[in-house]
Amino acid sequence: MSARMDDAAEAPDAPRATPSRLARFLGSDLWLNFRRSKLAIGAFAVTLLMFGLAFAAPWISPQNPYDPAQLELLNSNLPPLWNPDGQSPFLLGTDDQGRDVLSAVLYGLRLSLIVGMLGVVVSGFLGIGLGLVAGYFGGALDTVIMRVADVQLTFPAILIALVVDGVAKASFGSALDTNATILLIVVSIGLSFWVQYARTVRSSVMVERSKDYVQAARLIGLSSPVIMVRHVLPNVTGPVFVIATINLALAIITEATLSFLGTGLPETMPSLGTLIRTGNRFLFSGEWWVVAFPGIALAGLVLAINLLGDWLRDALNPKLQ
Amino acid sequence: MLAFLIRRLAQAAVVLAVVGLIAFAMFRFAGDPVNQIVGPDTPVSERAEIRKSLGLDDPVLLQFGRYAGNVLRGDFGISYQFRQPVTTLLAERMPATLELAFCATLFALSVGILMGVYCALRRETFLAKLFQAISLVGVSLPTFLIGILLIFLFSVTLGWLPSYGRGDTVRIGGWTTGFLTVSGLKALILPSITLGLFQMTLIMRLVRAEMLEVLRTDYIRFARARGLTTRAIHFGHALKNTLVPVITIAGLQLGSVIAFSIITETVFQWPGMGLLFVQAVQNVDIPIMSAYLLLVAAIFVTINLVVDLLYTVVDPRLRTSVGRTA
Repeated sequence: MSARMDDAAEAPDAPRATPSRLARFLGSDLWLNFRRSKLAIGAFAVTLLMFGLAFAAPWISPQNPYDPAQLELLNSNLPPLWNPDGQSPFLLGTDDQGRDVLSAVLYGLRLSLIVGMLGVVVSGFLGIGLGLVAGYFGGALDTVIMRVADVQLTFPAILIALVVDGVAKASFGSALDTNATILLIVVSIGLSFWVQYARTVRSSVMVERSKDYVQAARLIGLSSPVIMVRHVLPNVTGPVFVIATINLALAIITEATLSFLGTGLPETMPSLGTLIRTGNRFLFSGEWWVVAFPGIALAGLVLAINLLGDWLRDALNPKLQ
Repeated sequence: MLAFLIRRLAQAAVVLAVVGLIAFAMFRFAGDPVNQIVGPDTPVSERAEIRKSLGLDDPVLLQFGRYAGNVLRGDFGISYQFRQPVTTLLAERMPATLELAFCATLFALSVGILMGVYCALRRETFLAKLFQAISLVGVSLPTFLIGILLIFLFSVTLGWLPSYGRGDTVRIGGWTTGFLTVSGLKALILPSITLGLFQMTLIMRLVRAEMLEVLRTDYIRFARARGLTTRAIHFGHALKNTLVPVITIAGLQLGSVIAFSIITETVFQWPGMGLLFVQAVQNVDIPIMSAYLLLVAAIFVTINLVVDLLYTVVDPRLRTSVGRTA
């Protein structure tokens, strides 16, 4: 079933195969299950909306929040528009530097999603790669990789991300610019979440390894890397999608937490977590909108992705059908 | 049983040794320790002398041995920011974190079990569905967002509870406690709920699932046939049998509670080890970071070990099967 979903996603690249593959997807249990679940449709709609807003941020936000020249101190601390003191065009109000909250949230959403997705990609590559190698070759390599995974699994991901972050800062010092900081956070997230992929892929690979098609591939003299990537990998990717969806929510939370703790993205290039960190200071002086809207955006995004991940896990689980 | 015990102890020792190696590598190679001690205009000759006196020119293996020896004696080095022994700093802040973790676990267990039992027994009621929805939100929302929301509701809007710090504490020996003053107890409420919410939802879901499972079994049907009261069946038989996995999870989660207190302590400016660690990461204070890492590893390993051993004590079936495989 997951393979079908896979095909549908690849459809644009293979125009001749499109009708049959699309038709197959539309006739699949997954699609039927999706149409029947109001929760899944709602979660999907919210997720899609968030991705759309994040993608379109540079064109739809009234202001570029990264450009200090566009900030006017005269416009600082304005409440949202529906409040009598609100001023157009600041729909959701402004912060103490005159930054438009709506623009900051849109750009922050964009940054949070980019970091989250890159984090998932890095942890996925790392986890799938190590899982493939461990499962395919077995032996001492397998033992070492899985022991490391066991040790790491006993620590919460956020602690590992914090330590990686701190060590990198100690090693590179102040030489880090904004892009390097983003990269650093992506790597910390990647190193914190690879274990689940590795375990899942490894156990599937161990089943696949003994099947006839792998033996046949070996007999015709294909090399191990080719067999692993071209033949075994496509057969073990199903569960990976579920993990990736749920991990996207976790990665976004981790980035937001790191930024909130002050070890993530800087205030000059705020993600949702950084916005919440800075907005938190104004909670007591009554400027609730500075922290509330980034908070709502983050909560909505994470909740929607989580619901989607939960639904996908149940829908792809043959035991529940 | 003895073989099992020895094997688990050996595993725990290996894990601690690996984490110790990482902590040492951080301590030694992340940044130059000499730079943290001297000023920018210290001459090279003096730096070399300091290097020598710190033993940084010795073989790495020897340095690791020295580091491990120091750690075993409880010496984690001197904090770069505070210029004080890390051990003293951690010991000062440990009571705050442990009291917070204790209250959070207590909250998670009591409320989680109650809500879980209710959800299992009255599955179709509105309240049960509400609890289920709350649990979903509790799992999804980041901890710091929940903390901010609670502060906004109970400190800013209603003004009932303090939003930061521990309140007044009482010093008993080397332990400072917030349990003995009214302000100390009030200060514990919001951080405990924030920290325990995730575990509470976890326990609630677990109790609900286990209860539903147990209520379908034959011995419950037999208890009904014997004419026992519903109360006796639900709480005397069903709940009792769901508690073994709940205790395991709660025990294993205790380590996570201590580690996750990093976030809660930052939100509420709670003067515990987690806040110390976050400040250490922000200020690149490697000795505190490596010491905290080791401490958390030790706590995790100990808890895992104790839970594993308790398991075999509680459940005699495991004892024989484990004995056979070991």
